[in-house]
Amino acid sequence: MRTWRIGTVEVEQTALPGIGLRHEFTTRSGRRLGIVSHRTGRRDLVIYDPDDPDRACETVKLNDEEADALAELLGAPRIVQRLNALHREVEGLVSLQLPITPGTPYAGRPMSEARVRTRTGASIVAVVREGQVFASPAPDFVFAAGDVVVVVGSPESTSAVADILAHG
Amino acid sequence: MHTAILFLELGAVLLGLGVLGALALRVGISPIPLYLIAGLAFGTGGILPLATSEEFISVGAELGVILLLLTLGLEYNADELVTSLKGNAVAGVVDLVLNAAPGAIAALLLGWGPVAAIAMAGVTYATSSGITAKVLSDLGWIGNRETPVVLSLLVFEDLTMAIYLPILTAVLAGVSFAGGAVTVAIALATVSVVLLVALRYGRFIEAFVSSPNSEVLLLKVVGLALLVAGVAQQLQVSAAVGAFLVGIALSGELAEDAQALLAPIRDLFAAVFFVFFGLQTDPAKIGPVAGLAALLALVSMVTKLLTGAYAARRAGIARAGQARAGIALIPRGEFNIVIAGLAVAAGAHPDLGPLAAAYVLILAAFGPLAARLVQPFITAIAKRA
Repeated sequence: MRTWRIGTVEVEQTALPGIGLRHEFTTRSGRRLGIVSHRTGRRDLVIYDPDDPDRACETVKLNDEEADALAELLGAPRIVQRLNALHREVEGLVSLQLPITPGTPYAGRPMSEARVRTRTGASIVAVVREGQVFASPAPDFVFAAGDVVVVVGSPESTSAVADILAHG
Repeated sequence: MHTAILFLELGAVLLGLGVLGALALRVGISPIPLYLIAGLAFGTGGILPLATSEEFISVGAELGVILLLLTLGLEYNADELVTSLKGNAVAGVVDLVLNAAPGAIAALLLGWGPVAAIAMAGVTYATSSGITAKVLSDLGWIGNRETPVVLSLLVFEDLTMAIYLPILTAVLAGVSFAGGAVTVAIALATVSVVLLVALRYGRFIEAFVSSPNSEVLLLKVVGLALLVAGVAQQLQVSAAVGAFLVGIALSGELAEDAQALLAPIRDLFAAVFFVFFGLQTDPAKIGPVAGLAALLALVSMVTKLLTGAYAARRAGIARAGQARAGIALIPRGEFNIVIAGLAVAAGAHPDLGPLAAAYVLILAAFGPLAARLVQPFITAIAKRA
């Protein structure tokens, strides 16, 4: 068994011979959570019984895609939070969340056509679509109406991006 | 004409096994005891003795053992084995002593002699990793905190088997003490060399076997396993152990692919293997030893419960988890029958086969059932504590 910290959370790792790995930790409110990573790619989300802390009272089987989806959902709001924290830490750096509304010229067109970086110096660091975060989207990423684009840069450059995305 | 009857018989046997398997699935027990019963019905003294297919089934059964152990080996990689050994050697030895003793003592008390005692020690010692793994996943116990303890005991047992089987083969062959010592030395050397090769040079073997084409991969893996099994048999190390070691040498994605490819063939021949053991056992001989088998099963259940509780407590698991660890270790199955099969083939005491069959019948059926039935009680106890 190995333990390490992710932030303030102490995570225990245990080998399951023939199956894979298990990671577990106790939440501040005293519940124990675990993830069993099968070699096949399957992930089990395990919640331990408060009365019998060694027993998994709930096991949710997730295939690799479902596990990714869960990770994105749990991670999505955190990315925006972290960006805001970054914004507070680095003076002069701003992160903006800009919507792609149905009327904008870039809905349905690849990101590269907006030439954001060349024209403004600001960077598109992520696109949030239906709660899912696409971090560091590639130039061929196609915007869709309803996307929220996360831009980082100086106050001037980010507002210039807002203008580009709204009017072309 | 001969082949027509062969096909008729084989077809009827396999179809019958399929129906029994479906039944076992519905009731939620392991199909192994049902396969054994089917073998009893078709064999000598059974309801419907087979005429011509016994020879085919006998070769099929040997293939079944090789494939069972090959896939068992594929589940582990050498690193896991070494880590498991380091961390759980004490619990592993307790498991060995507590659970080999009932069989050995029973054989000695019955006056079957030391050779049969060594075989019976193996029959009562080994938990069925196949059935136990299935119980753990069926009952959602894989995430439980006592599960790593159970799994590492299984790994320890499997490794012990790799050393025990060649010793047993030598003893059963009646070789002299000096000859036996040589065989054991060869066996130990083979096991160590394969483990060392798997740890250090596993990737070369993998590079040789690996193929994006599943047909080529299947042929290479089965071919290599049979080849090594044959060499092992020549060295008196037991073909099964050779196949097990090939499985261990392969790891990672390759092992997973091979496992997926082998699973259906293994299932087919493993079922044939259980039937074959049943075929060789005269059902009329089971009656007289049934009481003894039940008693031995009861004692073994208690010793496995103690083993599980001890090992889990060492790992800091609370009472309920200790009980679950013990229950998970109760099922017996493939190894115990393999051992009994070797002993019977070598002409051990005539009651050994029927006793082992009845014993495995009880524990293969009752182990998973016990786990299912006892779970609510354990939960209730944990709530009250």
